[in-house]
Amino acid sequence: MTPLLSVSDLRVGFGRDPRANEVVRGVSFDVADGETLAIVGESGSGKSVTALSINRLIDFGGGRITGGAIGLKRANGTVLDLAGAGEAQLTGIRGAEIGMIFQEPMTSLNPVLTIGTQIEESFRLHRGLTGRQATVAARDALDRVRIPDAARRLKYTPNQLSGGMLQRVMIAIALACNPRLLIADEPTTALDVTVQAQIMALLAELKRETGMSVIFITHDIGLVAGIADKVMVMQNGQAVEQGELNQILDSPRHPYTQHLLRDVPHFASGRATRADGRREKSENRQPALKVDGLVVRFPLKSNFFSRATGAVHAVDGVDFDLMPGETLAIVGESGSGKSTTAKAVLGLVRSTRGSFSVGNAPAERNVRPVQMVFQNPYASLNPRLTIESILAEPVIAAGGRVDTATRARMASLLDRVGLPMNSLQRYPYEFSGGQRQRLCIARALMLNPSVVVLDEAVSALDVSVQAKVLELLVNLQREYGLAYLFISHDMAVVERIAHRIAVIYAGQIVEIGDAASVLSRPRHSYTRKLISAVPAIDRRHEHFEIDTRQVPSLVRPRGFEPTPARWERFGGDHMARVEA
Amino acid sequence: MRILRAIFGHGSGRIGGAIVCVYLLIAVLGLLGLTPHNPITQYRIDRLHAPSATYWMGTDLFGRDVASRLMAGIGQSFTVAFFSVAFATLAGTVLGLAAAWLGRRWDGVVMRVMDVLLAFPAILLALLIVTVAGPGTWTSVVAIGIVYTPIFTRVVRGPALSLKAREFVDAARTFGSSSSYIVTRHLLLNLVAPLTVQVTLALAWALLTEAGLSFLGLGTQPPAASLGLMLSDSRNLMETAPWLMIFPGLAIMISILGFNLLGDALRDILDPRMRRAFA
Repeated sequence: MTPLLSVSDLRVGFGRDPRANEVVRGVSFDVADGETLAIVGESGSGKSVTALSINRLIDFGGGRITGGAIGLKRANGTVLDLAGAGEAQLTGIRGAEIGMIFQEPMTSLNPVLTIGTQIEESFRLHRGLTGRQATVAARDALDRVRIPDAARRLKYTPNQLSGGMLQRVMIAIALACNPRLLIADEPTTALDVTVQAQIMALLAELKRETGMSVIFITHDIGLVAGIADKVMVMQNGQAVEQGELNQILDSPRHPYTQHLLRDVPHFASGRATRADGRREKSENRQPALKVDGLVVRFPLKSNFFSRATGAVHAVDGVDFDLMPGETLAIVGESGSGKSTTAKAVLGLVRSTRGSFSVGNAPAERNVRPVQMVFQNPYASLNPRLTIESILAEPVIAAGGRVDTATRARMASLLDRVGLPMNSLQRYPYEFSGGQRQRLCIARALMLNPSVVVLDEAVSALDVSVQAKVLELLVNLQREYGLAYLFISHDMAVVERIAHRIAVIYAGQIVEIGDAASVLSRPRHSYTRKLISAVPAIDRRHEHFEIDTRQVPSLVRPRGFEPTPARWERFGGDHMARVEA
Repeated sequence: MRILRAIFGHGSGRIGGAIVCVYLLIAVLGLLGLTPHNPITQYRIDRLHAPSATYWMGTDLFGRDVASRLMAGIGQSFTVAFFSVAFATLAGTVLGLAAAWLGRRWDGVVMRVMDVLLAFPAILLALLIVTVAGPGTWTSVVAIGIVYTPIFTRVVRGPALSLKAREFVDAARTFGSSSSYIVTRHLLLNLVAPLTVQVTLALAWALLTEAGLSFLGLGTQPPAASLGLMLSDSRNLMETAPWLMIFPGLAIMISILGFNLLGDALRDILDPRMRRAFA
């Protein structure tokens, strides 16, 4: 039987001379009816270009197919070579036979049109439905992607819906014409884990209902384990290995696949936590950082003249302490208040209440014992300054001079974080993302801080670079006795670096304690939900539960105070908030 | 150096750059008095002489050499344009940075004043200022400077606001860097590219505004030469001595073309998205 899609020796190039700048170099694969193929690779591996070549969207991105064939079996059984098809033919195929969803649901929808109009457009173009019929079809499409209260939501514009909801709308549009092939390009990368789990569950259910084939592009091999039938691993524009899911995951042959499976952080339910530096029971040391009753509220004004009518309770009573040489990971979803907590500790946002004490702070004035490494290494370095000026900034800010001692410290730190000696006179754009993050780490260490706040410090990096930066962080921590406040949404990463974990939900810590204990025996219902949503290699073909519970609004009326928490202890260092 | 080479490699940049260089040379010669004849000497017998080997571009009603007057006029116009743009750049950058950095009330006050200034057509506002302050070279510099200040304020404020929200500024705050350090190092340094483009384009507008003011008799005062003044003098002689109008008119047109081409080229070259293509 002919497969639905058969790609052979596909080559795609960019620029004036596409043959000389090939990004995809001879990729072949088949997708059978109803099959899910996962294409796994890091950025620059050519996985997205491969997928975009199938529906020839690559033409609009400046790419050209320089060789190979893409055979698509059409509904009437004939096979069409998409690599040579004309634009008119392709327009009939995009949407109708091949649907596509993208990574960023927030930017894939037109912000000024209602989602109803945007879904109806698909029905109008491909099925010729108009007016009432189109509206009914759009409502059914929203029902199908499990958006509650579909009729009312049709009139919403994209800004009124959350990221997860928007991705569902995108899926509804992609599936409007019952395509037989759906291309999903990192559809959950921009979403929270629990939302990711919902989207994955939805895709799995829709696949069962419609019998469509799916090409799923991702950098996360753990995510693939849940839904893929076949896996293709790409590196540098070539498919280095492809085969059945179990075969790839259990006995990878190619060294790169082995590397992806072995060296990259995967979630292991608390079995891969660090063994060093555990908190001793009878410890009487001074904590490096102690946060007591931190509250951050942003007042809401309904108009310019009136008094605040309420407040966004971004952080609502957070306490923790952090010992020297220890990592406390703060995990939670976007909007939970984890980044606001970090910013309050650093003084970037003003805290409404609460106190911090930084233990054994150096006696000199102006020395800031708390430093920070930001999420995006591309945005956190000024592109117009040399590395030397960038590293000098904290020293100058602390009233120091760029003298021989400072230069020596720069050189030793650069060496320590694994950057070449000649970096000092170069500019940030000459470095890769991983190298830039190393630079940010070196900059944070210039003043010998006792606490480093790492706000999603490895989230923007490729998976194998992530592993190396984590290793560097662990080594630096041992060497300098640094205390890390590690803010992350990524459980697999947290598991590798944290000694203790605090789970934050709606501005409050709901569970805190020893990392292994929290990850292996979560007590609070939210922690359980969070952990069960994390994709893991050993959970194959899992049936994801669809859970549409929304995070409660953090907007509270004026003068609202949360009820004081009651805590329940589980063993030595593990406690969870008692649920109402 | 890199930018100069890039301009040379850019089609319209090459043309624009060449035009601007030639004009600069003429302006310097004109200002130094290195002209074929004295621009204000009246050769009475050769009044309204057509272009010839002696008078390359002919003479005017008073027998003054048009070519020499043109050179001196370009020198005069460029001086006014450069100083007024320098004034506008400085004032606009300071105001824009202050509005963006201080925010809130400062931002509101500065930007509303700029909106009011922008609401007037450029030449009308310049006329108003000159009328109040009295005509002359330096009042035109200040008038034209004030007219173009709001444009620079806007060009600086917008990007400065977005830079202020960038993570490297947050990072600088965590080190405890001073405001002045952040504003100069992190904001201003990143504004050099848009400012360069804006300066080039503003020079073209300033030249045009100066010509307009002089044409109306409120800029450079006779007998000194200026392009606008020469055009104004040629009005009644358009049919008898067309060279009086053609040469200054062409001079204005080509100079503005040159600055615009150069500005467009710089915009392409300094656009970070295009960086790699020209680097």
